[in-house]
Amino acid sequence: MSNSTNRLIKVGCGTALVVATLLSPLASSDPDGLDRVATDLKFAHKADSKPLAQQLPFYQVFEEYQLKVVSTQKISTALAGIIGTSASFGLTWAIAKLMLKSAPQEDT
Amino acid sequence: MLHLPFHLAMHIPDGYLSLPVIICGWAIAAGLITLAILRLGTESPRSTPLLVATCAALIFAAQMVNFPIADGTSGHVLGGTLASVLLGPWLGCLVMAVVFTVQAVVFQDGGITALGANIVIMGLIGTLGGFGLYQLLRNFLGKYSWLSLSLSVAIAAWSSVVGGSMVCAVALAVSGTVALELVLPAMVSWHLLIGIGEALISVAVISFVGRSYPELISSRQPVNN
Repeated sequence: MSNSTNRLIKVGCGTALVVATLLSPLASSDPDGLDRVATDLKFAHKADSKPLAQQLPFYQVFEEYQLKVVSTQKISTALAGIIGTSASFGLTWAIAKLMLKSAPQEDT
Repeated sequence: MLHLPFHLAMHIPDGYLSLPVIICGWAIAAGLITLAILRLGTESPRSTPLLVATCAALIFAAQMVNFPIADGTSGHVLGGTLASVLLGPWLGCLVMAVVFTVQAVVFQDGGITALGANIVIMGLIGTLGGFGLYQLLRNFLGKYSWLSLSLSVAIAAWSSVVGGSMVCAVALAVSGTVALELVLPAMVSWHLLIGIGEALISVAVISFVGRSYPELISSRQPVNN
């Protein structure tokens, strides 16, 4: 693997972790575009109060982007950020490795 | 009623979309992702698994950081166009699919039933539509200058956000959740602004990558078309 790719990966992963850990707890808590529209146009109540995702085991651990066992909100969010970022990295890497292997090209 | 102590990126939750629309969303997502998997062989070999995974990590992290827009509303980055310009459209599709799935399954961000629609609206419109627009613009503006790269990325990224918001509005209207004449202007007007954030962040990342790894971005064309 070339040096610049190496560097790019390190900087990219480093940035992702910094963003997920330090920036995400500072994120705006204002409703996003869809939520704002849903409130203004009065259809927000149509969202399932007990969505399917709450039936999954992850709901025991995470309440949205908060780690349930950690009561300090900002730390809870930061930890959720690290976990989610790592999970996205790991899962994508595994899938990409699998898929690109079967594709007819050289893996550098 | 959704009651959140601390609010981060919320995609379409369960309950907003009707069953036919949900099924449509899944069908389109499944079809395009299957196509992406089949066409992975056409992607540049420079998009190694580690690089692809790094992009996914970045996009997941970036999507967590809502930024204030105006009037008590926030926006967040999507990253679809960015992913496709960095990795190629088909790998971009994979990245977005994984990110949205992790968000929905682990963090209840976006409904599980609505996941297909969310992937299409916030992911695939960017990785495919946004990428197509990006290529068109680069061909038009000239492939080899930083200015043409930045402008193409900015316009494509912004358009994918606005386009996604339109499709979302239509999906909501067709589901019978809200009238089209109300939801379409409302969604689009917010996302005209949110798209600016997307454009700026996309250009910033592309510029940084372009400086240390210029071959990754020099007029990227798929091997087969």
